[in-house]
Amino acid sequence: MYKSGYVINDPSNHDFQVNRRALVEQSVLDDEMELIFEKCWIYVGHESEVKNVGDFQTRSICGRPVIMCRDSSSKVRVYLNACRHRAALVCRETSGNAKGFMCFYHGWSFNINGELDGVPGKSSYPPSFDQSKLNLAEPAHVDSYKGFVFVSFNPKSSSLHDYLAGAKEYIDLIVDQSPSGSMEVIEGTQEYDMKANWKLLVENSFDDYHLITTHSTWLNYMKRSGVEIKRPEKGHLMPSHGIGKALGNGHAVIDNVNFRGRPVAKWIPIYGEAAKPEIDKIRAELFERLGEERATRVADTNRNLVVFPNLVLNDGSSVTIRTFHPQAPDLMKVRAWALGPVEESAEARSIRLDSFLTFYGPGGFATPDDVEALESVQKGMATFKEIPWSVMSRGMAKEGEQLNTDELHLRAFWLQWLELMSKKDEGQ
Amino acid sequence: MKHNSLNISRERIEDFLFLEASLLDEWKLDEWLQLLDANCTYQVPSNDSPSSMSSKALFMIADDKRRTEERVVRLKDRNAHAEFPHSRTRRFISNVRILERIDIDSTHSNVKIQANFTIHRFRRNDDIRTFVGQYQNELIVTDQTIHIAHRKAILDAYELGAMGLVSFIL
Repeated sequence: MYKSGYVINDPSNHDFQVNRRALVEQSVLDDEMELIFEKCWIYVGHESEVKNVGDFQTRSICGRPVIMCRDSSSKVRVYLNACRHRAALVCRETSGNAKGFMCFYHGWSFNINGELDGVPGKSSYPPSFDQSKLNLAEPAHVDSYKGFVFVSFNPKSSSLHDYLAGAKEYIDLIVDQSPSGSMEVIEGTQEYDMKANWKLLVENSFDDYHLITTHSTWLNYMKRSGVEIKRPEKGHLMPSHGIGKALGNGHAVIDNVNFRGRPVAKWIPIYGEAAKPEIDKIRAELFERLGEERATRVADTNRNLVVFPNLVLNDGSSVTIRTFHPQAPDLMKVRAWALGPVEESAEARSIRLDSFLTFYGPGGFATPDDVEALESVQKGMATFKEIPWSVMSRGMAKEGEQLNTDELHLRAFWLQWLELMSKKDEGQ
Repeated sequence: MKHNSLNISRERIEDFLFLEASLLDEWKLDEWLQLLDANCTYQVPSNDSPSSMSSKALFMIADDKRRTEERVVRLKDRNAHAEFPHSRTRRFISNVRILERIDIDSTHSNVKIQANFTIHRFRRNDDIRTFVGQYQNELIVTDQTIHIAHRKAILDAYELGAMGLVSFIL
């Protein structure tokens, strides 16, 4: 039923449409949890968030409370945050450093390696009670790529390396900002709800078709602050050239020539005259280290990457990690962080954080209007019975290159969604 | 540091905060800008780092005066979609305390204050959103005037969550 009822994909007639039921039905969300969120690799956090042995972060991933921590051998681990005795949370703090986790309910305690090392009144348990089998549980797989930690609840998952496919190239471009290849999540989490289906944020995160209309106040702010915004070339909507590209396994990207400020490394007047030498220095180091071709890609392109299903890495006005988990068909929880090179100077860090706020986040000059757009879409979706289909065919009749304002990358996401959801049709 | 003879009472500070709240509730943003000192900053830290500095931690808002002016330009534009039509807000300011007074010279004092706020935001077809927190402001006070030098709105919630956005002036 997913194959026949939810997506029309007819390349020969240049037709691609998504049925709006996919964005409103509870049964679809239930299937997504089972066939997407419990099958794919899902981003949990960044290794830099648990720098030292015993450091931990707690978060909710696919509806499950988890603990990401660094164990006694300095390995990053992810535990399900539920006592093996009665399931109470063994850690109720957001973050910190711990020697272990003790469940306050009956006092079972687990060390930082997740091993059950204390059971009050153990002698009352029968001889069959095996303490060694009651360590904190872990997802089927935990792995990381360049510091980004993912889990999979699917025992049959392919490796994270294979799963990330072409997305790795675009993660590398971000990580190349750091001379040592080490990026870190910066203090300060933006956590906010959006009353919209989670897939709308996937689409929005790399949809450049909306930029000119949704974000005209941001463009005005840039112009008024001395940023040159060129008139788009004939037949184009954006002030600079950009492409949309599928990267395999549902991952996709828009890859645009930069026209705005970038902490690495394009100065704009908003950064202030005093910041110029710092940006010049960063730029020079980059070209020296990477050579002109690669450095130009790192410094002079903006890239919005979607790692299927729910991780967005935007490298534009700043670098942001954004991930989101559905709570209901029309509600998601969004978490966003800023990412920067570990060795960047205090001044460069300050520019990075300031530049972030020109565009991104709940108080930025652009993100609030994205949220408004998606919530507006979700409200309009109540007409799904009368208006079942959303057209998504931009660029389909073109040979070759697809623009960032086309929709190839959105279709790549939806085709992967369809592929995974169709397992339901096979009765799997 | 000399001590000057300015009368800086809690009542006078409260009157100023009530005026400010009223201008913001009425969306008289240009008049509100007149209350800001030339070097005024306006900050809203992320919920999980209320006491950090914006140069070291990701905030939600970290404006200098120029950007606050641009924020007002944006909010007056009907293309600021998150605030068009403008939401209705109603602010309650209480527990005003003068924390510190530094007399800059015989006519100017720098006054650190804190005040609690509850701001309700109403939009058509939307839930009521309530923002609870504390202002930690610095005011420049003279005999006749008060201007805001620093304005920090710290939200008490552990996450922005159902508040969703900080799209209006908090």
